[in-house]
Amino acid sequence: MFESKSGILLIGGLGFFLFAFLSNALVPILLYRDMPEQSVEELVENQNLIYQFEDLSLRYPEEFQEHYGEPTKESLAEALQLGHDIYVGEGCWHCHSQFVRPVSNESARWGEVSSSKEYQNILNRPVMWGTRRVGPDLSREGGRRGNDWHAVHFFDPASLSPSSPMPKYPWFFDDNNPSKPNKRGIAIITYVQWLGSWLEQYPLYEDFVPLEEQMQNPLE
Amino acid sequence: MSEVAETHDATQSNSSAAIPRDLVIERLVCWYFVAALTYLFISLTGGLLMALQLVQWNPLQGIEYLSPGRWRMIHTNAIAYGFLANSFLGALHWAIPRLTLKPVLHRGLSYFIFVAWQVVVCATAIGIMMGHAQGVEWGETPTWIDPLALVGLALVAVNFMAPIVRTEGPLYVTLWYFVAAFVWTFLTYAMGNFVPEYFVPGTSAGAVGGLFIHDLVGLFVTPLGWGLMYYFVPILLQKPVWSHGLSLVGFWGLAFFYPLNGIHHFLLTPIPDFLEYGAIVSTIAVEFVVTTVIINFFGTIWGSGRAVVTNLPIRWFYTGMVLYFVTCAQCAMQVTHTFQKLIHFTDWVVGHAHLVMFGVFSMWLFGIMTYLFPRLLKQSWYSRSLCEWHYWLSLGGLLVMFIDLTLAGVFQGYYWASLQPWDVSVQGSQPFWVTRLFAGLAIIGGQLAFMFNLWMTWRLSKRAKAVA
Repeated sequence: MFESKSGILLIGGLGFFLFAFLSNALVPILLYRDMPEQSVEELVENQNLIYQFEDLSLRYPEEFQEHYGEPTKESLAEALQLGHDIYVGEGCWHCHSQFVRPVSNESARWGEVSSSKEYQNILNRPVMWGTRRVGPDLSREGGRRGNDWHAVHFFDPASLSPSSPMPKYPWFFDDNNPSKPNKRGIAIITYVQWLGSWLEQYPLYEDFVPLEEQMQNPLE
Repeated sequence: MSEVAETHDATQSNSSAAIPRDLVIERLVCWYFVAALTYLFISLTGGLLMALQLVQWNPLQGIEYLSPGRWRMIHTNAIAYGFLANSFLGALHWAIPRLTLKPVLHRGLSYFIFVAWQVVVCATAIGIMMGHAQGVEWGETPTWIDPLALVGLALVAVNFMAPIVRTEGPLYVTLWYFVAAFVWTFLTYAMGNFVPEYFVPGTSAGAVGGLFIHDLVGLFVTPLGWGLMYYFVPILLQKPVWSHGLSLVGFWGLAFFYPLNGIHHFLLTPIPDFLEYGAIVSTIAVEFVVTTVIINFFGTIWGSGRAVVTNLPIRWFYTGMVLYFVTCAQCAMQVTHTFQKLIHFTDWVVGHAHLVMFGVFSMWLFGIMTYLFPRLLKQSWYSRSLCEWHYWLSLGGLLVMFIDLTLAGVFQGYYWASLQPWDVSVQGSQPFWVTRLFAGLAIIGGQLAFMFNLWMTWRLSKRAKAVA
């Protein structure tokens, strides 16, 4: 059996793979089977997000009019979905995570520890947890900074945070001008403002501790 | 000229009597290796671009199709599906017919698979460059290519299974790994690319994504790699594997425990703790299995240790095995929650990934290429010292990069936990990232030496043919 073709093919190849899939994938799938999955249409029923989208329409009226018309739920759904697709396609998720862990003081920096219900939506197919943080976690980023900050930051990150190694994204803008976000620019800002907008505590600012106090020995 | 070339000639004359001339499609093996090396350079370009971006020296800023974010995905995909898959296919086309003494199912199919796979890999690279990546790590292949890739994998399995099925009696170790790998690779690819995209969202998708990341390394790359080691090491050392029992333990241990590890890529996430602990325990179990395999291979070389100095392919193989042991020893520790708190999300993990993908599997494949190119081209290497440069630059660059990124990870972990502003962690990483850039350049230099050597060897072989 251990050296025969059928033993290796059926037990080693198929059997053990199936056992692992059942125990490691099917178990969580069954655990969460009753947790409803939200569609984009349901996700845009969100006052925090609607506020940000309207703010974009007032801040960049010409560009917004041209690409999205009026700030309705339909145009918001379109922008949110496109923003998600850009986040995936540009590989943002390889340098930014989207979950706050219960360790390493992460909840002091980013807020509430992540839970499964936050990810039970269509925009987390596949889930955008990420495995590396070159830049900070983004799951609580929404509302923390203004839309204009994000526009300038996408255009030239180092102009706002000088040591940032984040690439420039001039293709999110018309005429090479950070005041003119195009369809993609408005979409990606909408997506970033959506992150964490479902929480009660929104926006969330990290606890500010002056550096001198941080340097003190906590045991004193 | 060189000792390597002499042993090649010796083994060739010993074994060629038993092996029919048209058993192996040698031209195809050569094509696969050249394709693999082409993608290797595409991947190295992606890595270089990302390294330059991190130290803010990227001269190509602001060009959409050269965006470091997209090229970071080309970097990993070109290695997995371009370099590793192509070199494995080339090596399989050599090893399976010679081991079973039977040709593959169909020569035409072999050529078709070669062309089809290059289409898949090129389409993946172009798709990612255009911004159509899929949100699965190591599976960024745009969704419309996934079914094509899957058909390709099925054809590969059918083509290679034909000679294996027709073999009578118990199979040799190498073939256990290959048979299992054909099944696993297909299933893993289907699971990772379809389940989290079309069937489940959120935490469940994360669990499947973890399985996919892990199985791609553990059930596609690892079994093919070890299978080839069980084939090439005894041939090069001209003696059998030390212990048949240990090779059984190694294979069945890997087959059982490896698929259970996946969730360890997403520890301390909303995935339930009991599943995380299951993955942690299985991971530690794998390291015991790995130890038996390493013992078996060191038992095999016992008494022929000088081969590591004189025989370059053997040196590549055993360097890879030592680094494999380092990877796995590291894995058994970093998989615990204690380590995860500190090092998850940091460059530690990036160092670990380079150690396993470059330090182990790429090194084995370089060893196989160093061994096979002279036989495929019927021409010994143009320069032994360029082969040495290839080895030492690759190993030196890799070791510097690995130590550097591991240290960077520890620093980053403490910067973050201490709640200093994010910028502090980025500035603190700069010296490590600069070091990594130069380590990467050393690795690229090693591969350039290899390519130049190969080019000159090919020219010599042409000249020899013309004279004859």
